[in-house]
Parts: sequence; structure tokens; C-alpha cells
Amino acid sequence: MSTRERILGRVRRALADVAPDDTPYERAVERAYAREHGRLDAVAAAGLLAGNLADYRARVHRCAEDGLPAVVGRLLAGRGARTVLVPDGLDPAWLADSDARRVPDLAASTPAELDRVDSVVTGCAVAIAETGTIVLDGGPGQGRRRITLVPDHHVCVVRVPDQVVTSVPLALERLDPTRPSTWISGPSATSDIELDRVEGVHGPRTLDVVLVGRPPGGGPR
Amino acid sequence: MSGTFVGMPAFPEAAREAVADRTLRGNLRHATHTIRAKREKAVAEVSDWAELREAGRRIKDHTLRHLDRYLVQLEESVTAAGGTVHWAADAAEANRIVARLVAETGESEVVKVKSMATQEIGLNEALEAEGVRAYETDLAELIVQLGKDRPSHILVPAIHRNRGEIRDVFRREMGAWGRPAPEGLTDTPAELAEAARLHLREKFLRARVGISGANFMIAETGTLVVVESEGNGRMCLTLPETLISVVGIEKILPTWRDLEVFLQTLPRSSTAERMNPYTSMWTGTTDEDGPRAFHLVLLDNGRTDTLADEVGRQALRCIRCSACLNVCPVYERAGGHAYGSVYPGPIGAILSPQLRGTASGIDASLPYASSLCGACYEVCPVAIDIPEVLVRLRERVVEGGPVVRDGNRVVLRPAKGHAAERAAMRAARWAFARPGALRAGQRLASRTRRLHPRTLPGPGRAWSATRDLPAVPAEPFRDWWRRTRGGEEAE
Ligand code: SF4
Repeated sequence: MSTRERILGRVRRALADVAPDDTPYERAVERAYAREHGRLDAVAAAGLLAGNLADYRARVHRCAEDGLPAVVGRLLAGRGARTVLVPDGLDPAWLADSDARRVPDLAASTPAELDRVDSVVTGCAVAIAETGTIVLDGGPGQGRRRITLVPDHHVCVVRVPDQVVTSVPLALERLDPTRPSTWISGPSATSDIELDRVEGVHGPRTLDVVLVGRPPGGGPR
Repeated sequence: MSGTFVGMPAFPEAAREAVADRTLRGNLRHATHTIRAKREKAVAEVSDWAELREAGRRIKDHTLRHLDRYLVQLEESVTAAGGTVHWAADAAEANRIVARLVAETGESEVVKVKSMATQEIGLNEALEAEGVRAYETDLAELIVQLGKDRPSHILVPAIHRNRGEIRDVFRREMGAWGRPAPEGLTDTPAELAEAARLHLREKFLRARVGISGANFMIAETGTLVVVESEGNGRMCLTLPETLISVVGIEKILPTWRDLEVFLQTLPRSSTAERMNPYTSMWTGTTDEDGPRAFHLVLLDNGRTDTLADEVGRQALRCIRCSACLNVCPVYERAGGHAYGSVYPGPIGAILSPQLRGTASGIDASLPYASSLCGACYEVCPVAIDIPEVLVRLRERVVEGGPVVRDGNRVVLRPAKGHAAERAAMRAARWAFARPGALRAGQRLASRTRRLHPRTLPGPGRAWSATRDLPAVPAEPFRDWWRRTRGGEEAE
């Protein structure tokens, strides 16, 4: 008998005392919890997202669409970035105000090569206001998982309000499980020394999140 | 379960040593008190905590009840997504499988993400015996590995070390494993984290094989989920060419949607954060992004035996958040090492004796490593009634009865006069001789669990009807109080 059969047999014998139950899964588990913790309008959701990101030491910036190149350029220059990783599908306009050398995200690049790049600029798939989380799923402008990991500086652009949801349940609804995803809530941190949070271990130690959307006055985009 | 601490004394002996160690107690006290307050705040932020907890309990119970079906479904999904599934009945088989997979890559070193399952099976030692060096990359695991130490907490294995001790370990040992600690390293946490970053980076960049566990596996989609803070997990999961994940069979969730419950309850319960810094999800392999080969090793190692007990099976709901350790008055004083297993604290007290059986002194004594104050149950995000299981296991040790071991139904003889019972009795005496330990249990607990320590509810009733729990021995208690109270503020 294979180990597979042995384990499955043990499971079935272990459950011999349990009465059979064929309730379909959708009805088997009561989900009395909230889909979101309070409905928020777009302005309030973006505000909550910004507050929670900042609470976990991400640096948050807000601008209108036409101000984005200037903000990204300033963030890269502020770090003294000489090179910047650029994923496929990133809007070239975002980098128009930066003279950092573009390094394309290639399958053939070695981790050591990525380690020599100063910064990376990406978009995201969705952002979660209640938890201060941005999620990348490798879609256009997001790149391979490793490019937002190895460089020490990550600039992530979130479109407000389209890409912002309030809650974890609403974010999962938007994501495709077949795509590898990375959920990022503030820069790399550890609680391993005396259970106290310290920022900055293996991932990028600086996380800049740019919320780009309508101007504060609320005009059309 | 191998990977246990061989020759481990029973809980009371080990605990006595720990209680006498002032530095250790100070470290534990500081860390657990800090996290307790933070956790309460993180949980209070969520208005529907009770409903999330209840849904978590039900999802896990449903999954366990249909575990055979979900295992088969998971295997299909992972395979369809380009992964390879292996089945391991016990630690030895899991270690053999992993060692073979590593050998097939031709590599002699691997990078590891912190994983309880691989600690449980003693994978590092097994690989070492095959000439493969496994580098732990989680900061706390690194501290433990460099210090030739043992983990003492589920989430923060080096919780028993303070910053000064960590600096000393780094200065002394890093050079022998790779890049030495920077000159003039101080004990500020930021500098220690930086030292770990530099030390490990060269290992990540050249690694070709990564080994992980997983917090969740989704049967419907074949997705695995790793929840972490530092980014070492992401390094191990995305940079190597081959990824091997060793995961207990109880880590399954039926659907993608189920993550909406646990991604809310786990971070708040474990590190008291709204969300942990990094969560990775992957489904099989992805072209040109991450490992080209993905192996999932499904581990039984006593889990199906645990599943066979109608009371004890709830321990398999555990999501390893460690909240129960952080609130436990006995853990706070005894420390993680006294539990003689990679699973310390309240969850360890019910999990280890079920995974390993109660034949040894340490395992027979573990169900007594508790004052039954109920604080662990109150904080558990999947509502495991740890006191109920403890009482069940105590009855088992003393009265014997039918259990399943390695898939076979056997009848345990009562442990009367047996070394195991003696160890158990000493443990009971240890716990009950410490009113401080009892009193420090969270007050909220006593509202739901009004337990007088002289009588036991539920299945233990039969036992306490015929025996009195040991009375508090006056002399040892006073000794202990004198020894431990001086210099420490009263509670
Ligand atoms: S038993 Fe509950 S509280 Fe303890 S680690 Fe497991 S899930 Fe967390």
C-alpha cells in the first residue's frame, strides 16, 4: 500500500465516529462576520489606507495623475537612485522626470544583479484600507515577485479610488488565485527581538506608496 | 514525532530550572506582557472578532471532518498547477523524501523559512546527516541556530534571549557560518536586524533550493500561503530554482475565500498587527517567476492519530498564532524549553502528547503543565478548548483507555505507579504549588471557566472523584516565593 493510501485510510478510520454530513460547503459554515468594517466613501477609504500604511512606517505620498512623474522623480532622486528596475507594462510616463538608468525586469537576471539595483517602481493589483496593505499579483506594471524584494527601495503606485478596497474579504474577491501574489503591509520588519517591531530586515527597507488620483478638490480625472 | 529533545526531563524538573533562571524569566515576562497588551488592542479594533473566530472554528472543523476528500482535491489542484505532491506518514519518511529531492538537485546547501513542521520532524539534522547544510533565515531561528540553542516559542523561537545575549551570539558565531558580525555591533534591535540582513543576503543570492512550511493550503485552487514579517520567506520562496514545502495535512482550507477569515485573525493574534508585513501566495509554478520546480510534502506524523480522538482532534484546528503562549502564566514562568518539544505552551501541552503519545515522562507530564485557568481558550482565534483537552489527556494518562498510535487502535494501560504517572504527578504539584501562576491568568478567563483546581469538569470528573489533586506543599512554595520574588515587582 502506498503512503498516500495509508494516510487516507487512517483519516477515514479516524473519522468513523462522525455522522455523515453532505451539506454543501457554502451552507456548512456560517459566516456572520462583516464583509467590511463600515462602508467608507472613496475619500475616507484612501485616508484610512494612508493612515494605516504610515502607521507601519511606509512613506505615503498623494498626488493627482499629472503630478505623478514629479513625485516619482523626486523619490528616486531623494534616494540617490542611479538605477531603477522597471517591470513590463509600467507606464513610461511615471518615470519621465527621473534620469535613473532603467533596468528591465528580465527572467535571465540573476539575484546578484538585482541586488545591485537601487530602486524599483511598480503599480499594484489592489490595496486594502483597513489593514494598510498593497497586493501585487504580477500583472502589468508589477513584475516578477523578486523585483520588489531584492532592491532596498520600492516605490508603489496605487490608483485611487479604483484600486482601493476597504477590507480583506473584498480584496480576495478581486484577486485571481492562479497568479502568485505578494501582500505588503509596510516595509520589512521583525518582532524577533523581545517581541518588539523593528523595521528593516530582508525586504526593501524603504517603502514609498504613492496614492494617485483626482486632485483633492475632487475634479474629474 | 522525532526532533524532540532527547532525554528531556519531565516538565516539572525542566520548569524548576527555568524558574530559577532570573534572566530567562525577565526576558519572557517582558516579551509576553508587551505582546499581550498589543494583541488586545489589535483584536478590539475589529468589531466582529467573535464572528470571525466562530467562522474560523467552523471552517477548520468542517475541513477536518472531510479531510480525506480535501487532501485528494488539494493533490489534484497542486498537480494541475505544475507542482508535485509527496505523502509522508512520519518524520523519517518526510526527511527521506526531502533529502532525496535535495540530492536530485545536486546542491549541498538549502535556505529555510521558519516552519514548525520541519522543526517537528528534525529536518535540519536529517539533512546534515546527508551532508546538506540547512540555513535558517528567520531572525529568531538564526539566533537559535547560531547559538546552538533550542526554540522556545512558536513565533519567536529566541524569545528567551534578550538583545544583549543576541549581540553576543552574533559576534561569537556568525563568522563560522558566513559573513561575520559587523565591527562594533551594539545591542540595538535595528543594528542586530542589519547584521542579520548582511549575514544572510549572500546566502539568499546564491541559494538554489528553498525549504518552507505553509500557514494555509487551499484545496480548491492548490494555493499555498506563507505569512511572515522579515522578507526571508519571500527570499526562500522566490529566488531558488527548487522549492520544497513540508506541510501538516491539517493546514488545508477548502476554498480561496476562507482566507478572508484567517488573514484577519492570524496577524492580530500572533504579532498583534493589522496585517503582517509580507504574505506570499503561490499556486504550483509560474513561468519565469519564482521556482521552476515545486514539491509539496504532506505530513501525517501523528496527525491522523490525533484526529481519531473526538475531544483531542480540535487541537488540529491550531493556526500556530502563539497567542495562547503569550497569555499563559505557566509558560511565562517555565519558558518554552520546559515543554520538551517544538510546540511549547498550552498548545504544546495538548499537541505533543497527542502527536507523540504519552509513553515518555515528558509527554505524560505535559497535560499537567497548566493551571486550567482558561486564558488560552479565551484568546485562541479558532476557539480550541485547551483546558478540555488537557483534562481529557490527564484522564488518559491516569486511567488508560483506547487510543490510536501509528494508525492502529491500542489500549493504554493506566499509568499507576509508572514513571510517567510519577512525572505527571510532579507536574501537577508544580502547577498547583504556584498561586502566582494561577493568579496571573487573565481575569476574563475566570468568568467563563469557573474551575476549582480540586475538581475537574467533563471527562476528568471520574478521575478527580477518586483522587484528590495534590495539595499545595507549604514548604516548597515558600522557598519558591522567596527565591523568585526578590527584586521583582509584586503582581
Ligand atoms: S492553540 Fe489557538 S491560540 Fe494557541 S497557537 Fe494554536 S491557534 Fe493560536
